[in-house]
Order: sequence, then C-alpha cells, then structure tokens
Amino acid sequence: MAEKNTLGESLRRHGVSRRGFLKFCTATASLMALPPTMVPAIAEALEKAKRPSVIWLSFQECTGCTESLTRSHSPSVESLIFDHISLDYHHTLQAAAGEAAEAAREAAMHENKGKYILVVDGSIPLGDPGYSTIAGISNLEMLKETAKDAAAIVAVGTCAAFGGLPQANPNPTGAVSVSDIIKDKPIINVSGCPPIPTVITGVLAHFLTFGSIPDLDQYNRPKVFYGQSIHDRCYRRPFYDKGKFAETFDDEGAKAGWCLYKLGCKGPMTYNACATAKWNQGTSWPVESGHGCLGCSEPRFWDAGGFYNALSVPISDNSQTVAFAAAAGLALGAAAAGLNYKNKDEATKAHGTVTIDDLEKSS
Amino acid sequence: MNEPMDFLIWTRSTAFDVAVTIFVIGVILRLFEIISLGRKQNLAEAKGTEFGPGMRTIFSRSVPDLGTFRRQPLTVVTGYMFHIGLFISLIMFVPHIELFRATFGFGWPGLPTPIVDAAAVLALIGLLAGLWHRIMNPVMQKITTFEDWLVWTLTFLPILTGYLAYHRMVDPYPLILGLHVLSVEALMIAFPFTKLMHTFTVFLSRWYNGAMNGRRGVES
Repeated sequence: MAEKNTLGESLRRHGVSRRGFLKFCTATASLMALPPTMVPAIAEALEKAKRPSVIWLSFQECTGCTESLTRSHSPSVESLIFDHISLDYHHTLQAAAGEAAEAAREAAMHENKGKYILVVDGSIPLGDPGYSTIAGISNLEMLKETAKDAAAIVAVGTCAAFGGLPQANPNPTGAVSVSDIIKDKPIINVSGCPPIPTVITGVLAHFLTFGSIPDLDQYNRPKVFYGQSIHDRCYRRPFYDKGKFAETFDDEGAKAGWCLYKLGCKGPMTYNACATAKWNQGTSWPVESGHGCLGCSEPRFWDAGGFYNALSVPISDNSQTVAFAAAAGLALGAAAAGLNYKNKDEATKAHGTVTIDDLEKSS
Repeated sequence: MNEPMDFLIWTRSTAFDVAVTIFVIGVILRLFEIISLGRKQNLAEAKGTEFGPGMRTIFSRSVPDLGTFRRQPLTVVTGYMFHIGLFISLIMFVPHIELFRATFGFGWPGLPTPIVDAAAVLALIGLLAGLWHRIMNPVMQKITTFEDWLVWTLTFLPILTGYLAYHRMVDPYPLILGLHVLSVEALMIAFPFTKLMHTFTVFLSRWYNGAMNGRRGVES
C-alpha cells in the first residue's frame, strides 16, 4: 500500500541505476518544458516522494487506454514509475476480483482519505444506470463515492475527459465526461484515444515532483503536452505551407511524404504531443506512418465530419443543398420575372397621353 | 467543456446549410430577374456592333481611369489592394479550394500560405483605409447609409477571423475557426440582398455599358 517506502528506494530495489533515474528526470524535465536547472530538483523530489495511492476506475471504455499505458512502454523506467505508485485498484490489472476487489478500493479510500489520486477512463452513462455497472454499483454512484475524498482526478482518455466515443451522436447511453459530474475537485484531462503513455506518466511525475497539478488549458489538459497543435509541430508542415499535398494514399505526393490535409488530416484542430513524443517508444506516429490525424484528443472528434474529408469541408452534403437551392432560385426568379412583365404590361396599358393644356391646368 | 467544438460542428453543418441555401436561392433569383428584364428596345439605327465592345468593356473597366486616379489616388490603390487581397485569400487558399471541390466537384491548385497570408493583410489594410476614407471624407459622410456599414463589417470579419484562426491568436482554436465560418455565413446570407451582389452584376453592367456604347458607335 501507499507511503511505505520512497520512490527512490523502490526504484533501486528494482535495479534502476542512478544514471537511468537521472536520465528519466532529464527526459521528464524536457517533456514538461522545464529548464535543465530543474533536473536536480525533480530528481530530489522524486527520490523522496512517497508512493501515492492511485485508484483507477474504468467505466464505458474499451480498455485501449490501459493497453496504451501498460503495454507500449514496458519495460521502461516510465513503466517502473507507474508500477511504483501504489495502484490500489484497477479492475483490469489487479489480481483480486469481486468483493475482494471492491474491498481493496474501499480500504485505499479509507486509508488515504483526501490524499489518493483518482484515475478514470471511460464515460459515465446518465441514461439507464444498468448500461454500465461494476459489482452491481452504477458508474455514476462509484464515481461520486470515490471522487469525494480524492486529492485530484485524472481523466484518462477522451471518453473520461469529454464523453468520448460512447457520446457519439445519438449518444444512446446518455454518456457524459467526469467533469460533467464532478465540479468540486481538480480534474486533469489527459485526452486522446488512447492518450500517449508518456503523457500520463508525465502528469503523475509532475504531481509527485511538485505536489500540485500542472498548468492546464481551456479543456483542463496539461499545457506542456497539449499546448501546441499537431499541425504546428508536424514535420510535414513545410509541405502544407508550400502547397504540396498528397491527393490519394498511394500517389507520388504520398510517397514523397507531402501534407495529408486534403486526405482529411485533422492536425490543424488537434492539440496533442504526438508529433514530438511519438508512439511506441518514439518509433513513429500516425502522420509519420502515412495517415492523417483523426483529432482523437479533441471533444466530439467522431461527430466532426468524415475522417477522410478535409477539415474545411462542411459536415453535411452541401452539393445536394446547392443543387436544390439553385433549382428553387431559378423557379423563384422565373416567378419574379413573370410578375415584372405583368407590371410592365399593366403600366404600358395604363399609359395615358399628357398634353400641354393638362400640364398648364395642374400648375 | 465541449461548447467550442459543438459550436464549430454547428457552423460546419446546420448553419452552413442554411447560409448556402439562402445564398444560392438569392443570387440565382436576382440574376435571373435582372437578366430576364433585359433593356428597353432601342429603335434607333445601330452605328456599330454590341458584342465586341461589350466584352472589351468587361476587361477595360478593370484598368483605373487616369482622371479618377489623380483625384482620388488612395481610393483607387486601396480598392485594388482590398479586391486583389480578398480574391487571393478567398480562392487561392487550399482549405477554401477543398470546400469548393467538395461542393462543385472540381478544384484548382492553391498558392503557398505565406502569399495567402500577405494577401489577407493587404485586404485588411485596404478595408481599413476604405473605412477611414468613409469616416473622414465629407462627401462620403453624406452618402453613406446603414447598408454601407453593414457590408463593410460583414466583409471585414471573415478576413479578420480567418487571419486570427490561421495564426492561432485566439484560444480555443475551434472557437475562432467556428467564428470564421459563421462570419462567412453571415456574409453569404446578406450577399444577395445588398450591394455585395456587385460581385456578379459588375460584369453584367459593364457588358451593357460597352454594348450600348458600341451600338451608338462610341469608343469603349
């Protein structure tokens, strides 16, 4: 359980060298856009940090967030850090099941009252509570109960942060985000479908180092990771500016690595660290492997038009609208012309002649 | 939390449908009405042809008249700055071309973004100079109506919001992109019912002027 020994001791016990540890601290500092002079401070703070208790709740989700965090980064120092927080409840990863699992959650909540970090992935259904339950407890009830004594909440993934895929039109379960329900706790949204593993470990490292939550943007996302758009950090950006675009996925432009805007890349509206942090231990990221950004770290990305339509293309089929409107315009124009001819005709018929005498009489 | 994105999605779907419907109906209705009215039959004997001079005038009127330039050099220069800047940023910016392609099924190559960016700045400066002229010039003060202020605002806002969105000067991005789209929709709705119609009618009226002069044997 939490607070038995420090992170430094725990890492050494697992054979992490001082050098490896400092390398991690340096990487964390640069990731969080902190000056190199902060590295010793980070190292010292992490060395002495007590293992905080973390309770991880999974609601309407696909477990992709957990997959992202556990698989893609093992066995790195990041994953050890992740191991050495005290993950007291995570129903996918923990050995205990059923009542024993719920007992572990309750025990962690009781022992670390007001100090534990609550991590949530998945959205919460407000429709029928039976849409998603754990041990017979509805998601809404479990979230409210567990959030009450949490120090901070980390909403991992776009579902927990913004409602996610379950909220896609017509939102059959009435899915909402964590921040739609919990209003009185600091909430850090780590959006993405799934989020980058380094980003979640970075947020936890920040919390361990400074004991506070990082600077957040308008969507309550840590600015260090979500401060810049994919578009602005994309290595293909020079092609966008030069006007060189791939028109299909297999043309010469695509082979030459030109911009994917016309193929539906949502990089301009998406804020995330993919272009710099990359995926699979820095191997690649979607645009580098030839596919446009889907905008998965933004609210409602699934309802924001076709994935393969350019961002500037309207969401509804407007060529049909234009055709109908043009036909209506022609019909109305013909009617207006008919009316005008009628007026002209009547004016001609009503035309009277005026003589000099008439004008003299009226003046 | 999701409001800026909800707003952007609304401007890209429902609001766009409404605006494009009003725009297309309005423009076609007015053009059809104008063309169908035609002109009064001229019974005088023709001294020249109509077609050639008409076509020539469409282009020749794009060259500023020297007398006008001497009297109002600023009006002529800023007028050109604005129109060329607007033309380039409207139809030579790749995201805009993609919108045309999705609507009409064909597109054309765009220009590099630094050129489009400079064009947008030219258009903004041209519009601001026009506004200054409208406010300061005593004759302009007398002849300016509400419609002139409205049309100026509706033209200025899309370029300004487009510039702000491109340079990400407003957070969050979906808000400024949505405002850009919405400002264009406001422009499209007002378009057929204001002097903005000159975008299309300017060529018609030039042709009529040229054709009438040609018929009377006047050099065009």
